[in-house]
Amino acid sequence: MSRRHITATINGDEVDFLAEEGSSLLNALRDEVGLTGVKEGCGTGDCGSCSVLLNDYLTCACLVFAPEVEGGTIVTVEGLADGGELHPLQQCFLEGAALQCGICTPGFLMAAKALLDRNPNPTETEIRYALAGNLCRCTGYDKIIRAVQEAASQIREA
Amino acid sequence: MMAVIEENPGYKWVGTRPIRPDGLEKITGKARFGADSILPGMLYGSVVRSPHAHARILSIDMSAAKSMPGVKAVITSADFPDLALNGGSAGDIDMSNNVMARAKVLYEGHVVAAVAANTREQAKAAADAVIVNYEVLPHVLTVDEAMADNAPLLHDGMYTKGIDPKPEKPSNVASRVVHERGDLDKGFAEADLVIEREYTTKPVHQGYIEPHAAVADANSDGRAHIWCSSQGHFQMRAHTATVLGVSPGTIKVTAAEIGGGFGGKTVVYLEPLAVRLSQRAGRPVKLVMDRDEVFRASGPTSGTRIKVKMGVTNEGQLTAADVWMGYEAGAFSGSPVGAAGMTVIACYDIPNFFVEGFDVVVNKPRVAAYRAPGAPMAAFAVETVMDELARGINIDPIDLRLQNAVVEGTQASYGPKFPRIGFVETLEAIKNHPQYTAELGPNQGRGVAAGFWFNAGMNSSATVHINENGTATVVVGSPDIGGSRQSMALMAAEELGISYENIQPVVADTETVGFNDVTGGSRVTLATGAAVVDACRVITADLRARAAKTWDVEIDDVEWVDGQAQHVDGSQPPLSLADLAGKSGRTGGPISATASLNARGVGAAFSTQLCDVEVDPETGITRVIRYVSAQDAGRAISPAYVEGQMQGGVAQGIGWALNEEYIHNSSGVMENASFLDYRIPVASDLPMIDTVIVEVPNPAHPYGVRGVGEVGIVPPMAAVANAISDAAGVRMKDLPMSPVKLLEALNEKGK
Amino acid sequence: MARVHLSAGLRDLTGGVANIEIEASTVGRLIKSLDQMFPGIGSRLSEGSSVAINGEILTDAEYEKIPASAEIHFLDILQGG
Repeated sequence: MSRRHITATINGDEVDFLAEEGSSLLNALRDEVGLTGVKEGCGTGDCGSCSVLLNDYLTCACLVFAPEVEGGTIVTVEGLADGGELHPLQQCFLEGAALQCGICTPGFLMAAKALLDRNPNPTETEIRYALAGNLCRCTGYDKIIRAVQEAASQIREA
Repeated sequence: MMAVIEENPGYKWVGTRPIRPDGLEKITGKARFGADSILPGMLYGSVVRSPHAHARILSIDMSAAKSMPGVKAVITSADFPDLALNGGSAGDIDMSNNVMARAKVLYEGHVVAAVAANTREQAKAAADAVIVNYEVLPHVLTVDEAMADNAPLLHDGMYTKGIDPKPEKPSNVASRVVHERGDLDKGFAEADLVIEREYTTKPVHQGYIEPHAAVADANSDGRAHIWCSSQGHFQMRAHTATVLGVSPGTIKVTAAEIGGGFGGKTVVYLEPLAVRLSQRAGRPVKLVMDRDEVFRASGPTSGTRIKVKMGVTNEGQLTAADVWMGYEAGAFSGSPVGAAGMTVIACYDIPNFFVEGFDVVVNKPRVAAYRAPGAPMAAFAVETVMDELARGINIDPIDLRLQNAVVEGTQASYGPKFPRIGFVETLEAIKNHPQYTAELGPNQGRGVAAGFWFNAGMNSSATVHINENGTATVVVGSPDIGGSRQSMALMAAEELGISYENIQPVVADTETVGFNDVTGGSRVTLATGAAVVDACRVITADLRARAAKTWDVEIDDVEWVDGQAQHVDGSQPPLSLADLAGKSGRTGGPISATASLNARGVGAAFSTQLCDVEVDPETGITRVIRYVSAQDAGRAISPAYVEGQMQGGVAQGIGWALNEEYIHNSSGVMENASFLDYRIPVASDLPMIDTVIVEVPNPAHPYGVRGVGEVGIVPPMAAVANAISDAAGVRMKDLPMSPVKLLEALNEKGK
Repeated sequence: MARVHLSAGLRDLTGGVANIEIEASTVGRLIKSLDQMFPGIGSRLSEGSSVAINGEILTDAEYEKIPASAEIHFLDILQGG
């Protein structure tokens, strides 16, 4: 099988990598680029664990072919913090105990960022629906929702 | 919200909510889970699985697969020792046959072969090229089918245990359990109201978001290193060694971070395959299940049929209970019906009862433990009957439970007397909660239910090292699924008298820390915590001796207070842990201690829960609109994560109640093996889940811990069912209570 | 003397006996004595049971000392999730 050379801006840096024509962005990010913070929970777009921002849109990396991102911009959980400074969502997840096992956390952080980027003051219901594409089996979502509310409030005040 | 029964005796760290030690790695994507290990030269594996529910394997042709590009190894059951031929126990033979089918496949998804190749695409193509010839056999999918006369048999040699006289014919019933007391007929004769109902539940999956994953690197000298996510890497080592027929000492297992387990990751699936493929290929091999493989071949918990008959007097005294339970075990014996039999009426003091349970094999994946295994389905049945009894005699459902609740000294239905327990306190916490009397709107209803779980103790080891600057490393062998590193660090901080931030908890590999049983049975904070506390106490005794040596006084003149050695008469300036650690070479060398134990004094757990629902009579959709869970934690070492366990158990229970089920077609093929079709609750399905941590300390634990991981999933199905009944006037007896079933029930009622 | 309670599931081996008083210093010796009285019960108890001594549930309790006039219950082995 032939491998394509792909160039994309990933977490702020121009990155080159090779991927099979039929390889998912998820596998390329994990295996070729080494960004294993992008998690696979299902491979069929049902769980949201592989959520990334692709050209500013919340995207399941498992549903995109790697060659499709040529020239695009991708942000993964590894690119969420600003250098050593955590994103408010990360800080609020930590302080609010909004993770248990942590496998879904990268996806939730990216989905929550996508929400807050376009709606800095969401209601609880808006948060719940915005995160409905991300499955968490540990928390019952309670502390996740509260962490997003708190982060939204901190971002608004900043 | 906390319902404090006994005051916190002035702990500085226990009961606080600092940031978890492993949190930063998990919110930055650095934490390495099961599938995150990448080794130089690593191959990818793929597994060949049976498309049939029950079939004899006639032949396996691997020649095409072997010659495909990039393929480095192909294995079948012929590559594993046949434990039946060399004296393996029945349990070990079943385990081996579940890892890789031998002679027969017993469920759709049962492994028949595995391959390893350079890329995952090559491995998948090679797996597809393995040709297996089957003779398809008739199958059974439910308790009823499996127990029918002349049902097709999964195992020709299975004779029901626990029946006198021993059956003459084999069957699909592996065993029968019985518990009885008093005189059932007399008990029902004394009752003013008797309710008799029959229930069914479907298999449900633990639903952890991280699929099973293992990377193995085998050397030519027979040694192997496995990186895998599991609830117990020592158990993975032991079980892998058994299946491979080697000494556990030749295998090292490093615990990856684990992306959820809930009981389902106590079982070995991929690890022996990965090691064998790695041995055959001479390269490291990674095996990761796809989500549909997780559904078809791991987990789930039992589908059940349960019949309950209970009697009560008009004054609210329970007089008798008659319970029949059939639990699907999947393809091999070992359903949790034993625990179901012990827990089903354990909340109540009932003078006359007969409880009978059957462990039944069916052509579905072998069941695995799932949070309080066996108890939730049993509670669904009994707790909805309790609700009917309360309404039937016009008494508040919590008052009925309070009147019959087990307390310290009550002879439990499963045998011994209860030690100090907190069931009544959880009932009162719900009764006193403002939500219990809040007004309900149209089509809304309220239900309560209770649950019991034993919790477990088992074996744990821990080592505590004091670093040269007086900070500490706490080394444990219990994989941390939900925040246990934090509870270990909090207890160590309390014992050593140093700051929580100065303690680094580590989950070590099988060669770096003493043996630990699985992270399961709600046992880690209790048992591994007790090992940490013991090791810390050895250290503080040692620190007193070192201070005594420094001051040239007797050890009895030295106390360890607030992280420093103090002379009892104040004649010496105190020595901090940092002082003593920095000069440890002068007082006997590095400061370190290990403790290992088989934990005693396990404290039972109770939970009472309150659920408000709104039922849409047009669509049959039930929405949970408010939820309160009260649970006796004994002592909440780490309250934020105790709440997390409680909320998670409730959410899983709501999924079990309303949505989740294995759907098999008539050929025994699972039809909903994806998160799209097997729908676990999402954020928009649920309300906030309010928690009341009840603290009735376990007198047998240094900090009063009971264990909190499991009991929270026991009451929800009944709580939801009782709320639906209150809202819509129909009694739902089959899980899940899906919109279709609820609409049918509403239409039936309307006739 | 310890008072031993045998669960209903064991009574196919005990001819219906539910309670029995036995002098035994440890759980292992107790199981041995029971096995002499009710052949076959020993293997069932040692491979498939936890034991409760005065209400405390223990596993791997073969060498556990039995206090005077203890209440003993044998329970099914439990799985945890």
